Amino acid sequence: MIVEIETILAGIREALPNSGISFRKNPGPSGQHSLLVDGSNLVEVCQFLQDTLDFDLLSNVTGVDWPEPAKADAVAVPEGEVTPAAEGFLEVLYHLYSTNRRVGPLVLRARTADRAGNAKIPSVVSVFRSAEFQEREIFDLYGVIFTGHPDLRRILMWDEFVDFPMRKDYVAPDDYEYEPTPHDAVLEKAKTHYPSSETQDGKIQDTRKEPVL
Amino acid sequence: MAIDPKLAEDLKSQGVHVTSFEQLINWGRSSSLWPLQFGLACCAIEMIAATMAKYDMARFGAEVFRPSPRQADLMIVAGTVTKKMAPQVVRLYNQMAEPKYVIAMGACAISGGPFKDGYNVLKGIDRFIPVDVVIPGCPPRPEALLDGLMTLRDKIAKEKLIGKHRARHADPNGAASFPVPEFGPHDLEPTANREIWNPPTIVREEGGSE
Repeated sequence: MIVEIETILAGIREALPNSGISFRKNPGPSGQHSLLVDGSNLVEVCQFLQDTLDFDLLSNVTGVDWPEPAKADAVAVPEGEVTPAAEGFLEVLYHLYSTNRRVGPLVLRARTADRAGNAKIPSVVSVFRSAEFQEREIFDLYGVIFTGHPDLRRILMWDEFVDFPMRKDYVAPDDYEYEPTPHDAVLEKAKTHYPSSETQDGKIQDTRKEPVL
Repeated sequence: MAIDPKLAEDLKSQGVHVTSFEQLINWGRSSSLWPLQFGLACCAIEMIAATMAKYDMARFGAEVFRPSPRQADLMIVAGTVTKKMAPQVVRLYNQMAEPKYVIAMGACAISGGPFKDGYNVLKGIDRFIPVDVVIPGCPPRPEALLDGLMTLRDKIAKEKLIGKHRARHADPNGAASFPVPEFGPHDLEPTANREIWNPPTIVREEGGSE
């Protein structure tokens, strides 16, 4: 696959000289290398991959939250290439396959400028229709705004929800209830919900009312 | 209540059946529970299996799954109740006609189960509607659902229709519907109905790990 991906990279660079694309090696056992695409050229790159290199199936779109940008690359980024943003960013991954040539997955990565106001990436729905619901899901869970998406709204959580639950700094609502065998992090959480020692006379405090039949 | 059980047996052997109105009504109610036809997750598959030929819930009069809450007596909450789904479940319960009963089937419906720590799963449907029978399991086998149904039948057979300890639906002041939670910016509002849901606060001593 590494030969294949370098061929693809050369093809993209030849066809789109200003695409701002770079190779990201994955040293892990999976060896799933990826291409980092500049967000502004993402749609053109996808169009080229679909038209010329016959990548006809967008099987998966997913997101990653990188609050610490230094950890975003498994190996050190070569000098002169895209420098990571200072305050973290969101990343969107696209897994492309060519069903005719039996090649894939080709992993594309695109990064937002930051995690707040400029968390924007162009939508690839105009190229791959299958991205529509997946981009909505990433918007829902990570807060990436896909510019040009035909119907960008929450898909899993309710519309009134304001948080982005898959971000690493998300704090879940504190609706703790009785835990039979708390330990570790759950015990720490449980302790914050214990009644204060003044009001507590026994070990077990039953606050239940008369049961409703 | 007033009739001597031995006399009732004697009369029965002579072809005379003596009973009370309460027993008759409860017998009728417990023998034809019509569940509401909906399932939320994998527990629903076990519920479907329980209605099919091998387990055959029809033996106990509970095979008529109704697609409308107006025609159903029993709500089997079979599966994970997400926070997005919870208002609809409560609304369906409110739309059911009295008397109505609830079975919480499986770990998720009881407490959130394996998804309890998630941001999107309700930590038990008993936070919003009164549950009559809980069936643990993940998912419970069809036999467990049948056992839960038997438990509910026994419970209905013992229901009091008059007096101080009468059932909720026989009490003019008993609640027939419960507030439907609203979607808030972070969570459901309220997160639980404190009128019916008050778990005990259990405090453990420091260092007591055994």
